[in-house]
Amino acid sequence: MQKLARFSRLFSLLLPMLSLAGCNMVVMSPSGDIANQQRDLIIVSTVLMLLIIVPVLFLTLLFAWRYRRSNTTATYDPDWHHSTRLEIVIWSAPLAIIIALGAVTWISTHKLDPYRPLDRLDAERTVPADTNPLTVEVVALDWKWLFFYPDLGIATVNELAAPVDVPINFKITSSSMMNSFYIPALAGQIYAMPGMQTRLHAVINKEGVFDGFSANYSGDGFSHMRFKFHGLTQQGFDKWVGRVKSQGTALNRDAYLKLEKPSEKEPVRYYASAETGLYDAILNLCATPGKMCMSEMMHIDMMGGGGKESAENRQKLEYDNRHAGDGEAAPGATFPATGTPARSDEKPNGTEDGGAAPADGDMNGMDMHDGHSMPSMDHGSGDPAPAQLNN
Amino acid sequence: MFSNLDLQKFVFGRLTLEAIPYHEPILVATFAAVALGGLALVIALTYYRLWAYLWSEWFTSVDHKKIGIMYVILALVMLVRGFSDAIMMRIQQAIAFNGSEGYLPPHHYDQVFTAHGVIMIFFMAMPFVTGLMNFVVPLQIGARDVSFPFLNNFSFWMTTAGAVIIMMSLFVGEFARTGWLAYPPLSGADYSPGVGVDYYIWGLQVAGIGTTLSGINLIATIVKMRAPGMTMMKMPVFTWTSLCTNVLIVATFPVLTATLALLSLDRYAGTNFFTNDLGGNPMMYVNLIWIWGHPEVYILVLPAFGIFSEVVATFCGKRLFGYASMVYATVVITILSYIVWLHHFFTMGSGASVNAFFGITTMIISIPTGAKMFNWLFTMYRGRIRYEVPMLWTIGFMVTFVIGGMTGVLLAVPPADFVLHNSLFLIAHFHNVIIGGVVFGLMAGVTYWFPKAFGFKLDPFWGKMSFWFWLTGFYFAFMPLYVLGLMGVTRRVSQFEDPSLQIWFVIAAFGAFLIALGILSFLIQLVVSFKRREQLADFTGDPWDGRTLEWSTSSPPPEYNFAFTPVVHDHDSYWDMKNRGYARPVSGFKAIHMPKGTGTGVILSGLSVAFAFAMIWYIWWLAALSLVAIIVVSIAHTFNYNRDFYIPANEVVETEDKRTELLAGKV
Repeated sequence: MQKLARFSRLFSLLLPMLSLAGCNMVVMSPSGDIANQQRDLIIVSTVLMLLIIVPVLFLTLLFAWRYRRSNTTATYDPDWHHSTRLEIVIWSAPLAIIIALGAVTWISTHKLDPYRPLDRLDAERTVPADTNPLTVEVVALDWKWLFFYPDLGIATVNELAAPVDVPINFKITSSSMMNSFYIPALAGQIYAMPGMQTRLHAVINKEGVFDGFSANYSGDGFSHMRFKFHGLTQQGFDKWVGRVKSQGTALNRDAYLKLEKPSEKEPVRYYASAETGLYDAILNLCATPGKMCMSEMMHIDMMGGGGKESAENRQKLEYDNRHAGDGEAAPGATFPATGTPARSDEKPNGTEDGGAAPADGDMNGMDMHDGHSMPSMDHGSGDPAPAQLNN
Repeated sequence: MFSNLDLQKFVFGRLTLEAIPYHEPILVATFAAVALGGLALVIALTYYRLWAYLWSEWFTSVDHKKIGIMYVILALVMLVRGFSDAIMMRIQQAIAFNGSEGYLPPHHYDQVFTAHGVIMIFFMAMPFVTGLMNFVVPLQIGARDVSFPFLNNFSFWMTTAGAVIIMMSLFVGEFARTGWLAYPPLSGADYSPGVGVDYYIWGLQVAGIGTTLSGINLIATIVKMRAPGMTMMKMPVFTWTSLCTNVLIVATFPVLTATLALLSLDRYAGTNFFTNDLGGNPMMYVNLIWIWGHPEVYILVLPAFGIFSEVVATFCGKRLFGYASMVYATVVITILSYIVWLHHFFTMGSGASVNAFFGITTMIISIPTGAKMFNWLFTMYRGRIRYEVPMLWTIGFMVTFVIGGMTGVLLAVPPADFVLHNSLFLIAHFHNVIIGGVVFGLMAGVTYWFPKAFGFKLDPFWGKMSFWFWLTGFYFAFMPLYVLGLMGVTRRVSQFEDPSLQIWFVIAAFGAFLIALGILSFLIQLVVSFKRREQLADFTGDPWDGRTLEWSTSSPPPEYNFAFTPVVHDHDSYWDMKNRGYARPVSGFKAIHMPKGTGTGVILSGLSVAFAFAMIWYIWWLAALSLVAIIVVSIAHTFNYNRDFYIPANEVVETEDKRTELLAGKV
């Protein structure tokens, strides 16, 4: 493994130079140890497979040329159709490659399991015993990212920062859609799913500004669901935290419920403080007042269920249609559920300022668009305009 | 229109004039083109008095050959539609840089990529594959038709009905904006309340009935209707791969149907199978849809493997190397394809052991696939390769497919998948195997069997043009996507911020343009070949020096395929017959028992379209009415005892004598 990895690193230097000098292949030259190991794995696997792919390609072209009809000097043996020896070779050659690759897969899948805490900072350094990992709670919203730093008490939107060489412990969830949390320079992706928590452990080894985004299509604003990830020195990170604290506002439930509404191209936002338990409430789908937390329901179920009375809980567990009540369309809604034409430039109701409510609301037979559309974010009043860090 | 809104709602459901996208220039132009083209077609058909001919000889026909040809025509029409979507996406991605939003807003772009995936898989590749199997399999096994001829006609019309439903969404309402597999919660009632996902559901459900029934039909045909002497291990390889494909269809399409039925219950009846709340779980949908979805890719590629096996043996003038291992490889792939579905979502948070298990099972599939590749390779070894167009497609496939196979195995390594999942690398990979494998195979198959179906070969010049445009176009279109994937670009994005990506998208768009020329060359090839049919004609019925039974009968084959059921002694039976001096019988013909055509399939399909449309637009009275009509027509059909007839002996004698003359004059 170790040797292979070293070889692959050498190879990885060659590979981009061969064909693609000049373009920034972040997957092939990442800045975090996990992504580095994943890159090595790509190279090792590719080299292993090339051991058989190259001969096959070569033989195909060779045979295609050599046995062309016009070449009468080549042997023609129309009845030759079996050779036990050859058959053994053609089955066992791919088998051998796959045994090797299977072993690599089994080991690496366990070693690079995103749920597994890190045991090294990079190839040379193990994680020091006294290290305090940085915990970040990630929430995919429609269509922006909210990051909680529970140890620091702060939160940000569409901007993530971490000190280099400190293990980061991500807890990931989503408010409604299935998204995928992905910073190619840092580590592989993992889905962000509503009502569930996924985990990711990673470390950034280089300072810099890296791209992060959702890698799973989640509706209209998906293309702009991007953020910058800042790898900072410890001092730089402390300064960044200080700035968030000094420039940010408070993230309480109300602010969250406003933030959570579908919106696109959200600017960076800082929150100097975040209400305790807010992340858990989001995770359990009960950030909206009056909703029952999934954990509570699961607890009731585990105790044997609530019996007939639990019918009363039904409304408290209906989360998906939460925007319907306040006259706001769902992110994916178009005609005929709303007045938005099917392929128009108009933004869906939820993301728009002002009333896009159809005049003929009743005709469509749905209640959700009776009222006016809520503006997505009240830029003027609630929160002060946040500072942009990276411009 | 109506003063009483309730009445309007009752009559039209949620359908209003707003549903017609007359404010969309792209769609208005498309609609005008389609309408004018359709009108011209109708006028031409009426002018040449072809309606009765089409109705009695084609639409109501239960002849497997005609149904096969109609499937392929449907596939070609849908190829053009699906490709239009593709080129729209390529242009959008090539220009949406530097703050430009391109020309497709997300509303439209999201429908385009969803429609592209759905149409290419369900309404291009599937009918194409089914069409070739329908046409070829009975001929290859020496049968006169499939086991259930009416069912075959019905299956075709249900597939067409599904295609019609999907096409309607272009001009009435909208299509789904969810991606081709419509993952909830996005596809649920709360997040996609429009008609798009309903079009998706009903289009696939209606077509799915056709696909499943056609699968049952072909399994029964292959198992029960082989010519005497043709044991399983003497079946042509294409028949073998067809058998495996249809087993996969019958085993997996019900899963798709059930999954979509659960999704429709969520959307129509307010259940909570896949919602976020009330105990629903979208992860369940993702699992279920891929339990169908992964075998689906083998449903498409196995028949293509079969085509390549036939083509390579024929054009190398040599028996296929390793027939037995080819068959075992096919069967192993069939079985393994059921236990790999989780590799489509390694990133959903399964444990390392689960991920590793599914990663390794996925890799194991590459062993039989690799063995197949070697078998084709060693069939070429010591052969005499004639570079006719089908063989060109085969070589193009062998070179292209191994690259796609390699990137596929790479994606099967879970930690590698974490960085490549959902990226353009993945897009490049599956287009690499689907275009390089399935499409190249289908093109090889069409060129190979076209003379059998119509009695003249396809013009080789335009065939070669098509091949080279497709091949180079593929590399230009998809190699940049591999690069972009490694640059961390994900799929389904309609606007970009990083200007350094643009050049790669421009190259990819250029590749798509080359592929457009490839498709155009193919269409020109059809026209040119039709015009030159006298020169390209083949009277022998065996233009390529073929090896399997379909080449033993005339081109096009008579309605009854074989005047006498052939007797099989070896695989490559026709080759064997030719080698042993087989003489075609010229006397002793008897009357032949054949199934009779019926219009029930067309009627049921029309009613299904009405039912689906009513369900999509909440026009409940029409839904109830058409559902009742479907049941009544189906029951009434069972009382139709006028289902068969005899081709009189003298007619058979006449047909066969004509062929004897042809053969004598030409050979």
